Amino acid sequence: MKLRFTLPLVAFLALVALLWVGLSLEPSELPSPLIDKPAPEFDLPELRDPEARFTSADLKGKPVLVNVWASWCVTCRQEHPMLARLSRAGVPVYGLNYKDRREDALRFLAQFGDPYDAIGFDESGLVGIDWGVYATPETFLVDRNGTIRYKHIGLITPEIVANEILPKYRQLEAES
Amino acid sequence: MIAEVGFFALILALILALVQGTLPLLGAARGDVALMSVGRSAAYGQLAFLTVAYAALTWAFVTDDFSVAYVASHSNSLLPLQYKISGVWGGHEGSLLLWVLILGFWSAAVATFSRSLPREVLARVLGVMGLVAVGFLSFTVFTSSPFERLLPAAIEGRDLNPMLQDPGLIFHPPMLYMGYVGFAVAFSFAIAALIGGRLDAAWARWSRPWTAVAWAFLTLGIGLGSWWAYYVLGWGGWWFWDPVENASFMPWLLGTALLHSLAVTEKRGSFKNWTVMLAILTFSLVILAAFLVRSGVLTSVHAFAVDPDRGLYLLAFLGVVVTASLLLFAWRAGSVGLGGRFSLVSRESALLSNNVLLAVAGAAVLLGTIYPLLLDAFNLGKISVGPPYFEAVFMPLMLPLLLLLGFGPRLRWKQDNATELLWRLRWIFAFSFVVGMIWPVFVGQWSFLAGLGAFLGVWIIGTSLHDLAYRVRPRSESRQPLTTRLRRLGRSYAGMQIAHVGVALAVIGITFVIGYDDERDVRMAHGEVIEVGGYQFRLDSLDRVDGPNFVADQATVSVFDDGQPLTTLYPQMREYFSQEQPMAHTSLHRGLFRDLYVNMGEQLSADAWVMRVYYKPYMNWVWTGVVLMGIGGFLAASDRRYRRRAQHDDQGLLAADDAGTAGPDVPGDREQPRPTGAG
Amino acid sequence: MNAMRSRLAVALTLGGILLAGPAAVGANTPTAPASAPIEFETEAQAQRYQVLVRELRCTVCQHQNLIESNAPLAADLRRQISLMVRDGAEKEEVIDYMVSRYGDFVRFQPPMNASTYLLWFGPGLLLAGGFSALGIALWRRRRQVRPDALSPEEEARLQKLLNRTKDKEKQ
Repeated sequence: MKLRFTLPLVAFLALVALLWVGLSLEPSELPSPLIDKPAPEFDLPELRDPEARFTSADLKGKPVLVNVWASWCVTCRQEHPMLARLSRAGVPVYGLNYKDRREDALRFLAQFGDPYDAIGFDESGLVGIDWGVYATPETFLVDRNGTIRYKHIGLITPEIVANEILPKYRQLEAES
Repeated sequence: MIAEVGFFALILALILALVQGTLPLLGAARGDVALMSVGRSAAYGQLAFLTVAYAALTWAFVTDDFSVAYVASHSNSLLPLQYKISGVWGGHEGSLLLWVLILGFWSAAVATFSRSLPREVLARVLGVMGLVAVGFLSFTVFTSSPFERLLPAAIEGRDLNPMLQDPGLIFHPPMLYMGYVGFAVAFSFAIAALIGGRLDAAWARWSRPWTAVAWAFLTLGIGLGSWWAYYVLGWGGWWFWDPVENASFMPWLLGTALLHSLAVTEKRGSFKNWTVMLAILTFSLVILAAFLVRSGVLTSVHAFAVDPDRGLYLLAFLGVVVTASLLLFAWRAGSVGLGGRFSLVSRESALLSNNVLLAVAGAAVLLGTIYPLLLDAFNLGKISVGPPYFEAVFMPLMLPLLLLLGFGPRLRWKQDNATELLWRLRWIFAFSFVVGMIWPVFVGQWSFLAGLGAFLGVWIIGTSLHDLAYRVRPRSESRQPLTTRLRRLGRSYAGMQIAHVGVALAVIGITFVIGYDDERDVRMAHGEVIEVGGYQFRLDSLDRVDGPNFVADQATVSVFDDGQPLTTLYPQMREYFSQEQPMAHTSLHRGLFRDLYVNMGEQLSADAWVMRVYYKPYMNWVWTGVVLMGIGGFLAASDRRYRRRAQHDDQGLLAADDAGTAGPDVPGDREQPRPTGAG
Repeated sequence: MNAMRSRLAVALTLGGILLAGPAAVGANTPTAPASAPIEFETEAQAQRYQVLVRELRCTVCQHQNLIESNAPLAADLRRQISLMVRDGAEKEEVIDYMVSRYGDFVRFQPPMNASTYLLWFGPGLLLAGGFSALGIALWRRRRQVRPDALSPEEEARLQKLLNRTKDKEKQ
């Protein structure tokens, strides 16, 4: 048996190993290029009070959570109780209401509760694009300097709250 | 009841596949004639049971048996009959059933048409095919049975995906699978030869027609898929370099290489190791394709529909097949003879260069397809690899390949004279160059890509005709009429030339459509006229029309060529009863030199829509080219020499092998000493 | 979502994926008001737009470009890109805009950097390796293979004999 005849076998087995690893990967989750970058600026009408504004400046000074949601988004409904829990735990919860209708969004809040300190009404979805939103819900943690430090795409489960969001938030809180 | 019959038949087919995969191999090892002859009966029996299983599932579709889970999720009582029948392969489980049915068909075909093979060889080939069938059948039975019941039964089916309710569904998957699975035959011949330790020119001759047929089916299957996507997706694209397409393209590239290297091995007894390796790799890529497509490892949108066990099973199967066959290869290879001598300028060298280019092209597609996965696995970030990458990599590989294609058929085996050949083809080269400079100007502004495409296309056609003229030229010793001389060339030669002309047409079509297509997303209101590609499109009316299982908004668009009425197009925006989102239905006007293509976008107001209007020049040249390639493959496979008696063949080939001379049996390929000077 | 459905069909059509399972995820889409396409001022802009929407990937729908996708986000991004192009943005500016928001994932043409050298140069290396291997194999053969067993005269005689058998076969 000549050594060079086993080369194809070695190459193919490496490929199989790679594919085996690949089976356990989650290709649909994208890392955000915005991590450790300043949160994109915005200036939006408040959802609940059209006269008021909610701007990126309002995020500064303390670590905050920003949740992108919409009334048409089924998963947002599922994760909604988690936001209330986070709010009770002392996390300032801000919302970005993405490509929604005002009356639908308000009905959603009336029905499921309103844990948000302030909500930007992003009707056109342009602020969403600036924040790299591609699948609601998305949840960001922004530190006191207005830098995005964490992003979660999709449903936030009790495990994610306990193991990722709260510890990360406490860490941001502890930073000077 | 019928579903249970189907499942039972599937299990019986699996048992017969086990029999087919063991006894004949055992018999061949022991020289036991009785055991060896089991192979053929087992193959027929397997096909019979698979047919029963397949018929059972079809029956469940036709009779709207929504107590079968697979039927309930892929059919609907309103679905037109032709889509109920083809909807059988509209999902994972049913398409897998089609796959194993086709595998059974190929097994039975080998059993029928290879009666002249030595007994041991046939037994080994059928044995290996049986083992392959065991792999796919157990996958079907244990992870993907289409016969599972739904309790309680659904009242109505969820319907077949509207995109699939198209004639494309009827023809594309069966063709494609005939191609994919057909390479199992070439693989089995290769493994049988390795087991038997008889890797000779006879082996190459036996597997060559099977390979050609499988290749022709795969070519047509891929072409049909592209043709279907082109009009069904509605944005003028026809090849996307998507992982799943690449999965089908890789075995095609390697299969094309195999087809050519089999020629060297058959004619000259050379490079047997390489050829056998290609046969193994091609089929391995077929299994890889099944894995990539059915595991969700790359196209993650499907992740929700995918059971991880299925991916693991297919990966394990791939690992077993590849490990076993490449170990066998490593053990047996190297002991075979070297075959005939040939010089650097010879047809052998040209065919081997073709192989290097095609194999590298295949490897490049593989690299681009799995690279995002590679980076992700090492946590190096997520990237996308798409058309710009593949086009950049492919161009430089295809250019020498297509240039070479003009010389290849013209080169003599063993040794040729480069300068003499170049001199002989100088006028064709010059002519192609001029055409390349001029032709694109008639379509639009001259571009390098289109110029190159026209040059290469004309070069290939020109050299093909030149070669034909050379081969049928009147010879002094025999005064036969032209028709006799043409017939003497044989189907193998005709098939090759037709396929090569097909490549030429496809190259011209691809480069022209890339270079000169034109598209517009426009707002179109009632009575408004817009212009695309020199044609005027006028929206005449908007109507509501009813289909069997949908209602649609239909636009009537009149098309004018310089003010002269040309045709009327009727694009639709369909709302299927079973779906929430509407689906656009393209309307096309096809022509020899261009397609016009209108698709509806969004409704803006009562009498205005966003319309997508496309002008696609030379699109039909691509499809024609693909069809010619397929015809060429079938024609080559039907050559007279493959139908001759084996004993006779054997002697001639072995003699040829030993002496290192060309097999003298194909008149077209026989090289007479070339008279100096005159052509 | 429609986006998913059409992705499914692409997959199906060309690779034989046939995974048309439960595609729709429910009413998980916003209701976007339709808007008329942007009119470009120059032909170059129209061309640039058509290239960009083909080279940029829709992030919600795997392996679809922006023009192919019916997803609402893709429609928003198409509109955004057409506005940028109309306002004079070059191709690179638009790509940077997208990459800064969604990462390299949105580019169908991967960037050239340390982690993609293998991707970009791999095929060239393989080609060089392939032809070197072929060259070495041919060179080795030249030394190993014995010269043709037949002299030209013998060969001519063989041809003649073979032709005769062939003619007999025909009768």
